Amino acid sequence: MTETTPLLSVRNLSVAFGRQGENRTQVVHNVSFDIAPGEKLALVGESGSGKSVTAMSILRLHDPTQTHYPNGEVRFESRELLSLDDTAMRRIRGHDIAMIFQEPMTSLNPVYTIGDQLTEPLILHQSLGKEAARKRAIELLDRTGIIEPGQRIDAFPHMLSGGQRQRVMIAIALACSPKLLIADEPTTALDVTVQSQIIELLEDIQEEFGMAVMMITHDLNMVRRFAKRVCVMQNGQLVEQAELNALFDNPQHDYTRHLLNSRPTRIINEVNEQERAAWPVVLEAESIKCYFPVKAGFFRRKIGEVRAVDDVSLQLRAGETLGIVGESGSGKTTFGMCLLRLQACTGAIRFTDQDLQAISGKAMRPLRRHFQIVFQDPFSSLSPRMTVEQIISEGLKIHYPEQTAAQHRTRILQVLQEVGLDESMLWRYPHEFSGGQRQRIAIARAVVLEPKVIMLDEPTSALDVSVQKQVLELLAELQRKHGISYLFITHDLAVIRAMAHRIIVMKDGAIVEQGETGMLFNDPQQPYTRQLLKASLFREG
Amino acid sequence: MTKPVQNPNAFTQRAWRRFKANRRGYVSLWIFAILFVISLFAEVISNDKPLLVYYESSFYFPLFKSYPETAFGGDFDTETDYLDPHVRKLLNKGDNWVIYPLNSYNYNTINYFTLHPNPAPPSAENLLGTDDRGRDVLARLIYGFRLSVLFAFVLTLIGVVAGVVAGALQGYLGGRFDLAAQRLIEIWGSMPELYLLIIFASIFQPSVLLLIILLSLFGWMGLADYVRAEFLRGRNMDYVTAARAMGVSDHSIMFRHLLPNSLTPVITFLPFRISGAIMALTSLDYLGLGVPPTTPSLGELLSQGKENIVAWWLSLTTFGVLVGTLMLLTFIGEALREALDIRRG
Repeated sequence: MTETTPLLSVRNLSVAFGRQGENRTQVVHNVSFDIAPGEKLALVGESGSGKSVTAMSILRLHDPTQTHYPNGEVRFESRELLSLDDTAMRRIRGHDIAMIFQEPMTSLNPVYTIGDQLTEPLILHQSLGKEAARKRAIELLDRTGIIEPGQRIDAFPHMLSGGQRQRVMIAIALACSPKLLIADEPTTALDVTVQSQIIELLEDIQEEFGMAVMMITHDLNMVRRFAKRVCVMQNGQLVEQAELNALFDNPQHDYTRHLLNSRPTRIINEVNEQERAAWPVVLEAESIKCYFPVKAGFFRRKIGEVRAVDDVSLQLRAGETLGIVGESGSGKTTFGMCLLRLQACTGAIRFTDQDLQAISGKAMRPLRRHFQIVFQDPFSSLSPRMTVEQIISEGLKIHYPEQTAAQHRTRILQVLQEVGLDESMLWRYPHEFSGGQRQRIAIARAVVLEPKVIMLDEPTSALDVSVQKQVLELLAELQRKHGISYLFITHDLAVIRAMAHRIIVMKDGAIVEQGETGMLFNDPQQPYTRQLLKASLFREG
Repeated sequence: MTKPVQNPNAFTQRAWRRFKANRRGYVSLWIFAILFVISLFAEVISNDKPLLVYYESSFYFPLFKSYPETAFGGDFDTETDYLDPHVRKLLNKGDNWVIYPLNSYNYNTINYFTLHPNPAPPSAENLLGTDDRGRDVLARLIYGFRLSVLFAFVLTLIGVVAGVVAGALQGYLGGRFDLAAQRLIEIWGSMPELYLLIIFASIFQPSVLLLIILLSLFGWMGLADYVRAEFLRGRNMDYVTAARAMGVSDHSIMFRHLLPNSLTPVITFLPFRISGAIMALTSLDYLGLGVPPTTPSLGELLSQGKENIVAWWLSLTTFGVLVGTLMLLTFIGEALREALDIRRG
């Protein structure tokens, strides 16, 4: 890279939160980095590392009464941003530096059309007339890959899909041809195939407009694909800064190495297909169908149906992990719910030799012990008003009512130890734990009943990469020890490659392809599977 | 294998600690508790019958037993009027002695022996004066406070239980049941409450029980809506699905998982409901639709204060008692809300 004057230069920036006079907590410590014009920089770190805070500080988007900058400077084209007055700062926001956010669902205002929101910066910063602004807005929508931009411009945000909304966000950001685009986890909330489309779009636009892009992300695949230079942050400090290849091939800092090693590797109990074929089948489902009627009109007549799960069959053997992969809306979670009889459906479900569809809800209750769930969001899956002990003991009280409280306590402590939590946590409430710890509690709640099958619904998607790996290792170990079968539902192919023996790929409620993990990854038969694999950024080109 | 561990932070202990941390609410609770406990023993504090009489070498308990005046050497066979100066003279003669309550009037005692016209201003005899019928204001305030608070507690309890149950069922069952119940609430809620009270007041003999029944019939709806909304939100949460997957029964899910997480509106509105109930009773009495006139009631005193605007001891004292009670209840409620929020330390 040739030495040019940097577009943005951050020097010794520190950020502290808290009101004046109170104890302030410093969350960013002396961070320094530069961005050259047209450069693609990635800021990588786990949640709480201060990467978003740093980026937001560049635009001074924090609440000024709560935020304090003890030292440091942010120079943008030789102007000092931290001491700029509000009017001048507003001119820079949107005009010179634009930002796009993680959540396309909430970063667009639901009561205005996308046209209104897109023309606003044009009228504000470029003094365009209404007609000219609308024309330019349609061009921008067209450029960001919105089909039929002339009609779409009058749509409200809820009428667009997640990917389309993120395209609109990019169009808004591009409206004034900024010199720097800050993208805060722009693809995290999107499906893999949409993710790769958005990244491609960002790349194209970056080249076309010649702007610098600062990408904030936790996803190392994304970094490798997109960035030219990488800054790694940990606990508010910038621990390493290097060119992309140098960083991946020869990481200098311990934390960077730790991050790179956190990418899931195959940790499941490896057993070949023939051997597994001898294991007994615990759960068998035949042509499961789950249709939701679509009703309309005054009399709510049925005018059609959504085929959430359409004729899907599977066999799950004891001690085996079966991965169900698909994008959002593919019916994978609904299918899982059907198997656990938490969602009404047609088709046959057999548990060992019992026909689950034939027995009543009441007769099902004792069998429930054998089917447990671990959810994606560890914040909503634990009741906030129950202590850890109450949460874990609930199932014991139902399924082992004959045991005494002391016996339950012994069993709970044993399980807590197994999932790597400690005794003192029994009386605490879920909000006192981190995401990873909460997920361990959820796993403990499932495992304490010694179930035969656990349905894991995106169990690691809400967790940081290093925590993700620990949780996956815990799950693999529990399987080895207790021979539990996992039904592993995820969109994350890296995780499923590490965990599954067999994989089912679902799309629009039906199975597209299924097979052994190795076979499926090395030699996918269906075009959709190939597209999915390519999109999840394992392979370039 | 493991020794039984004592839970160092039981929920109630933690809640109590948080409650104490709110000084204002904590002090309010003490003041209110003392006042309320005292008022429960109103018969001993403020009564026209002596607590104990020692008359000619034997003890008498007029509080529990009625004695004719002849028992104390009087002229009549009717029950003794202990306020009669003649009777008092007899009871204090020689070795005889009497222990009177702190305030020697009952809420319905009429002081026939006052030197002032009624309503009489505060004096050594009637500490806060008398009302327009010559009844002691202090006695009526003590009994009125007790009645108002008890009335409010009962009304709130009924309203909360009915509201929570109705809201919980609607929210959890949803569907047709919810639809039907919602329409019923809309119809029920559009009935003119005040007119019904006026009508019922003219049909039936007005009484505290009738008021509780009538106000309860309408009081549960406001809360039911909030609880229903909380249940609707809660029943799709993952922890509820997890509980269902565990085989937890419906009513356990409702009461163990959903209810504790739906209590925010209940607890938030609790102090307001209690003070609202006190205000409801007071205003109905003020309008003359409430309890019968012999019952000690703050509203009736207020309405007397309005009629006799110069008799400041009527309106001012009642106003003081009302404001004091409502303020204490609000502060306690505020502290209670903070105490039950487990997210606080």
